[in-house]
Parts: sequence; C-alpha cells; structure tokens
Amino acid sequence: MAQSPSRTSVPLLALVTPAVLVAVWAVVSSAHLFPPSLFPHPADVARGVWLELRSGSLVNDAIASLFRVSAGFLLAVILGVPAGLLLGHSARARDAFLPLVNFFRSLSPLAWIPFAILWLGIGDPPAIFLIFMAAFFPIVLSTSAAVANIPSVFFRVARDLGIGGPRLLSAVTLPAIAPQVITTLRVTAGLSWLVVVAAEMIAGRDGLGFAVWDARNGLRIDLLAAAMVVIGVIGAALDRLLVELTRIPSVRWGYER
Amino acid sequence: MSAAQLLRLESVTVAFGAVEVLSGIDLEVRDGEFVALVGPSGCGKTTLLNVCSGWLSPSTGSVHRPAGLRMVFQQDGLFPWLTVDENILLGLSQVPDRREQRERADALLDLIGLTAFAGAYPHQLSGGMRQRVELARALGGETPLLLMDEPFSSLDYLARLKMRWELTRILREQPRTVVLVTHDIEEAAQLADRVLVLSERPARVRDEVVLEMPRPRDPTHPEVVSAVHRILTVLGLESDVESGRSSR
Repeated sequence: MAQSPSRTSVPLLALVTPAVLVAVWAVVSSAHLFPPSLFPHPADVARGVWLELRSGSLVNDAIASLFRVSAGFLLAVILGVPAGLLLGHSARARDAFLPLVNFFRSLSPLAWIPFAILWLGIGDPPAIFLIFMAAFFPIVLSTSAAVANIPSVFFRVARDLGIGGPRLLSAVTLPAIAPQVITTLRVTAGLSWLVVVAAEMIAGRDGLGFAVWDARNGLRIDLLAAAMVVIGVIGAALDRLLVELTRIPSVRWGYER
Repeated sequence: MSAAQLLRLESVTVAFGAVEVLSGIDLEVRDGEFVALVGPSGCGKTTLLNVCSGWLSPSTGSVHRPAGLRMVFQQDGLFPWLTVDENILLGLSQVPDRREQRERADALLDLIGLTAFAGAYPHQLSGGMRQRVELARALGGETPLLLMDEPFSSLDYLARLKMRWELTRILREQPRTVVLVTHDIEEAAQLADRVLVLSERPARVRDEVVLEMPRPRDPTHPEVVSAVHRILTVLGLESDVESGRSSR
C-alpha cells in the first residue's frame, strides 16, 4: 500500500510559494508599472484586511457567505444523495431522469440569477437557491453512477450472509459508494463557494461577493483585493476540511488501489 | 434424495434467450465430497455453479440443495470498507451470542494464520491472504456446502499451489462438501474426489474422473498427472494419446 507520511501539518513548501508570489506582487507594485489605482500594493491590501476585520464587516460577510453555502450545499446533499441512490438502483429511473439531470448540470447556475431575484428577491434565499442548483445535479449524477458501478459480487455476498432490506443500504450500498461520494462533495463544495460570490455580487446586500462589488463601486481596490484574498483562503480551508473525510479508515480503499 | 446426497441437479437446462448454456445436466454431490467442475472457458461452468447456489433458476429441470450454503468468489468478494476481522465477523452473523461470535472469529483467524492482520483492510493484503479471509468468512456460516467459483484464479502459480495446500489443511480442520469450478485442471486433479469434465457450450458432462488417493496430493504425483492427462485428452488438448494412460 502507498502510505504517505503524515500530511496533517502544512509542509514548508506550501508556505514558501505564496510568500514568493506576494514578494513578486510587491516588487511589481512598487515599480509602478501600473497606476496604483489599478494595481494595489500588498501592504495596502493587508491593511484593508486588517481594517475590515476590526470593523467586523469582513467577519459578518464571511459568516453570511458561509451560511448560504452551508444551507444550499447541505440541501443539495440531503436531496441529491437519495435521488442518486434511486437513479443508481433503477435503470428505468435513469432512462427517465438522466437527460434532465445532464441538462440542468450543463446549465450554468449563474444563468438562474435573474429568475432567482425575480422569484426570491434579494438576500439569503436567491443565493441558497443558486448554490443548490450548482451542487444538486452533479451530486445526483455522481451518486447514481457510483451506485450503478457497485460490483454485483458485493450484493451476492450480502445475500449469502443474510443481509437484506434496509440493512443492504447501510451495510453495502452506502459504504461502497462512500469514497466516490466524498470526492463529489469536495468538488461540489468548491463549486458552491464559487457560486455564492457571483450570487452575492448581484443579489446580495452582504456577503463576501457583495464586499467585492461594494469595494469596486467605491473604487477601493485595496478592499476589493482584500475580499478576494479572504474568499480564496476560506475556499481552500473548506477543501482542507473536506479532505479530512478521505482519512476515515473505512473509505481509504477507494483512494489507495 | 437419499440421506448421503447433499446436492442434486436433475436434467437441468439453462437458456438465456435463444442461447442454451447448460443442456440436460445431472449432478449428484454426496455429503463430504469434493467435486470439481472443469471445462473450456465460456462453457457454462459458472452458470452451473449459480444454479447450484440458487442465484440462477434453471429453465427446466430440478435442483435439490441444502438449506444453507456459502459461496467463495473469484474476484474480490471481501467488503473493502471492513477490516479482516469485521469481514469474518459478518460471516458469523448467524451466531446469536456475541462472545461466541468473538471466539469463533478468533479461531478462524488462527486457522487461516492471519491473526496479526485482523485489523488490516483487504487492500492492504496480498491476493492469497484475501482469498484465505474470504474462505474463513464462508466457513463461518457453518453451512454443509461450499461453492467455490475459481477462487484462486487471480493468484500467481506459486501462490495457487500454496492455497491448494492451505485449502486441504483447512478442510481437514473444518470438513465441508465442496463444489469447485475451475479452469485449472491441475488444481482440480490435486483437490477433488471427482472431476466432472464439461463440454463446450451448451455444457454437458463429458467425462467423470474419480481420484481416490488422499489429500494433500503433490501436483507431480502419478495419479494427479494421469488425471490431468485424461482430462486434457477429453478436452482435445493432448496429442500424445498413449493407451493405458488415458483410460482407467
């Protein structure tokens, strides 16, 4: 088996590359190759992050965005995984629904923004709706594919061992699809985090996406870049959080062979 | 069905649509017997085993099987999300008492020599170790009949030789009636009391080779070699047909 050394601590190299990037950014900015009104200095951005953190607005915006992503994403998981189980188990259901699922999956959730505002107004509901639309269909598709690909030998063994009915779901189907579903959760959580920013830029009164738009309207490029930095950091942190799911011993088989 | 018979198939025919896979198969397996089914690939060996297990119903004919049976599969039938110990415990789920379950699992782990690997996951084991765990899980059911579908086909030759020896040892400890499907004729001749040679599809029984020498048998033992020769001759894969070696 491929045992990697402990990866829970952030390796040194992971800190070096961002430091180099910021240094290059500082040099380019100090050289005044671009006007300061178009290209902020990292020190100004750092000050912007600090000011906004102290005023509390950045924290409030981050909380607002995280709440919307959590709500929309959890709703998509709660409805999407069972829908995927259903499609995965029934070829007829797949025949009936897969074209629709593929249609909606290919439709950018951003195209829903006008309807989201018309139907749901401004604030949490349209953002949650858009995140749901972004995450739900990939989750359904991936879950149903995972179920349809479970080796039939597992079900034969289950029958031999007297496992049937609801226990089949908890003892065979769910553990068999867990690795693939976890991978899908990582992808769709990232997708949700992308969508919330766009949703808040247009249909928000707060949130990190709104902070970006607000800074742009106020011509505060330091705050604009500050919001971008925070968005990126939180997005990466969310993925690290979900990576922890892949360390559960009973799902390692899905990543190691 | 007489008391000594554990499994009986009477003129079993299986057809998938217009394709007849099994044609009028009669099979009787006595209690404690080790029967091997060999034949060209695609001839319907696995289909026949699936009829024996009840996974597949015959198109015509009748099957009498014991109430309990367990199957050992050719591909990975272990649940990869469970440890060796948890897989074996799952095979003991018919044992009501927790403590007895634990004791039997420990005994099975000991029997297959994998006590040290109880907490390991299947993907951390070699192919031979996985097949031993699968065997232990099937044995845990205490069913009189074991059906084995090419259980060692994914192993390399040396590992296969070792597993034949292991299977013999384990069956001496825990006797079972076994029906083994294999494409490995040497394996059949080394392990079985009776080898049924099947024809091309639709499968019929073309020959029956009885081996009386006790197990374990060396692959180079004259009786094993002569059985292999006879089976290969029946299958049309042997060219030097020496009289006296091929006939019993």
